Amino acid sequence: MNITLNGEKKEVLDNITVLGLLEVLKIQHQRVAVELNLEIVKKDQYGATAIREGDSLEVVSFMAGG
Amino acid sequence: MEGWNKEGVRIIMTDDKFVIAGIEFKSRLWVGTGKYKDFAETKKAIEASGTDVVTVSVRRVNIIDKGKENLLDYIDPKKYKILPNTAGCYTAKDAIRTAMLAAEAGITKLVKLEVIGDEKTLFPDNEATLEAAKVLVKEGLIVLPYVSDDPIMAKKLVDIGCPAVMPLAAPIGSGLGSRNPYNLRIIMETVKVPIIVDAGVGTASDVALAMELGCDAVLLNTAIAGAKDPIAMAEAMNYGVLAGRLAYRAGRIPKKLYATASSPLDGMIGT
Repeated sequence: MNITLNGEKKEVLDNITVLGLLEVLKIQHQRVAVELNLEIVKKDQYGATAIREGDSLEVVSFMAGG
Repeated sequence: MEGWNKEGVRIIMTDDKFVIAGIEFKSRLWVGTGKYKDFAETKKAIEASGTDVVTVSVRRVNIIDKGKENLLDYIDPKKYKILPNTAGCYTAKDAIRTAMLAAEAGITKLVKLEVIGDEKTLFPDNEATLEAAKVLVKEGLIVLPYVSDDPIMAKKLVDIGCPAVMPLAAPIGSGLGSRNPYNLRIIMETVKVPIIVDAGVGTASDVALAMELGCDAVLLNTAIAGAKDPIAMAEAMNYGVLAGRLAYRAGRIPKKLYATASSPLDGMIGT
């Protein structure tokens, strides 16, 4: 299925969870925050939150800045 | 105000605690992590500055190049207090989203709230900043707002629950130093919370001057990162903060137009 991840179109497995997606992408989830369709997904909900066709995800972390 | 440690080295300001919302800060110099050559240089400059607070931005994770190094591999969140900012946000809505994501990332409840009003000056949109601050304070964040050097606005932000305010000295990255030290003084008289001068300082004397006015801390980035030798400048900024704070607490002499002799007049020969 197709989703939008950090503003880019991406094809992922059907019914993948947020946790599953972070694992596929090899992203350390301790240091990130995830927004699904403008709603923040709590860390303890990553495994229980399924991503659906057409969903929009933002995965952010801390970067250099002043 | 002063003491000596076991090695006989003078410890300055051991009784001069700096606390915001129950969090004690060791350094009154807060440092940004942007614009450095690489993370190794960032780390060295931060160490040389003596700071225990570093600001970071909140940005999309690089999905394509995951092997890229992360800032937090160099800046240990156990050693430094991480202060995420909402830099680059031009609306209250975006700033709220960014701040909430920063809090959810799980390192801190602190946020440096910035809502920018104009691309050229990067001056804050004070109205939108207040609007965002109200929401974020209700959400339980410790909101430190970047604000114009406007005492009325500072008071409004404190009234809705900001435990400190961060007035600008001059436009971000301008290196001009405090353009309006009198307003900073009025802000300090108007609100009884810590004042952290944020943005616009250029060199160590600018930092010292802000601290001599009685500001509680200074946050800077470009003045160090953009110096020819960022590590040396970081150390200079540390001394600037220490010198300024000590001078403020020591209590300077009043400025006078005419001379006052330093040597006694009694006992002069030929009198």
